[in-house]
Amino acid sequence: MSGRVVELEVLRYHPETDQEPRFQRYSVPCREEWVVLDALNYIKEHLDPTLTYRWSCHMAVCGSCGMMINQEPKLACKAFLRDYQGVIRVEPLRHFPIERDLVTVIDDFMAKLSRVRPYLIPKDIKALEAGEYRQTPAELKRFKQYSMCINCMLCYAACPEYGLIPKYIGPAAIALAHRWNQDSRDAGREERQEALAAKEGAWECSFVGACSEVCPEHVDPAGAIQQVKIRSTVDWYQEHLMPWLKK
Amino acid sequence: MAEEMSGRRPYEREITSEWIFRHPRYLRYMVREFSCLFIGGYALLMVVGLERLAQGPAAWQGFLQALQSPASVAFHAVALAFSLYHSVTWFNLTPKALPVQLGEEFLPDAVIAGAHYAGWFALSAVLFWMAGIF
Repeated sequence: MSGRVVELEVLRYHPETDQEPRFQRYSVPCREEWVVLDALNYIKEHLDPTLTYRWSCHMAVCGSCGMMINQEPKLACKAFLRDYQGVIRVEPLRHFPIERDLVTVIDDFMAKLSRVRPYLIPKDIKALEAGEYRQTPAELKRFKQYSMCINCMLCYAACPEYGLIPKYIGPAAIALAHRWNQDSRDAGREERQEALAAKEGAWECSFVGACSEVCPEHVDPAGAIQQVKIRSTVDWYQEHLMPWLKK
Repeated sequence: MAEEMSGRRPYEREITSEWIFRHPRYLRYMVREFSCLFIGGYALLMVVGLERLAQGPAAWQGFLQALQSPASVAFHAVALAFSLYHSVTWFNLTPKALPVQLGEEFLPDAVIAGAHYAGWFALSAVLFWMAGIF
């Protein structure tokens, strides 16, 4: 195999034998076009079959291979080895408990995601024969970027607020709730507000902006969260200062 | 219980303040947060000035003289730097909070942030005019 030998330091944790995580170093002969995921696959196949990590598509679509690479949340399938110098440190995504090696426990995110009801809640459910819910290109563009989220949780690993306040609903869940709130076919904003407008909803965000910087799909959760704050503030004023506007 | 029976023992990592230095973006954020202390401090100084003004000409003159002390000049220089950092970083974030869609397209970020800068400069000009600077 041509190319250089890359040194990887991978955080290992096997609950049966390890009291706490430890780094293990591997030397991986790699090709020019390899990403960190290829190196992990090489380790698994040739050096150490006990290494555990999640992956599936190898093309930044499935969102499974999120991990910390040199302290930055990245998709392992999108992190080219040629962009790194020296030893590359690979760790599980921050702010999530470690299940085993690079695999984290994601139950907290899954529960939060379902709390914001990230699906179409139409005002009137149409009969199938009545046809599709139609939308103009402008209406589609209003939310399209948020629909690119692949639930990879890099934004949660980047967000210090989520690390410090685990109750915080977090960037991706709020961005996905906002995606449906912005959708012209949807009428579920009020139902989502219970989770979004709570203290541990959008208001826990102090606009660090790291979520949007690390997103591999160029979604802007930080923007979504600020827009949710503005809408929630308008709601509050309407309810308290102009109650007659409320139907 | 279920976790014990399955042999699961998820490891929780501690959160320390090292995240601030992990990437320059976190340090920039902390500086932005810290800058509000100077904004607040300057607002307090204005309140003290108003109080001195209400106490009469002698107190007001004393306040003006205190403003010319080296410590006061140093504070003003630092506060100005932090205020500019505070304003610029926040104005640059406004396009995220206030996107404007006209037809299919969104207004460019520079237009939204630019409108805020224009408002800032216009209000500053009014203040300078009221202060008799021009």
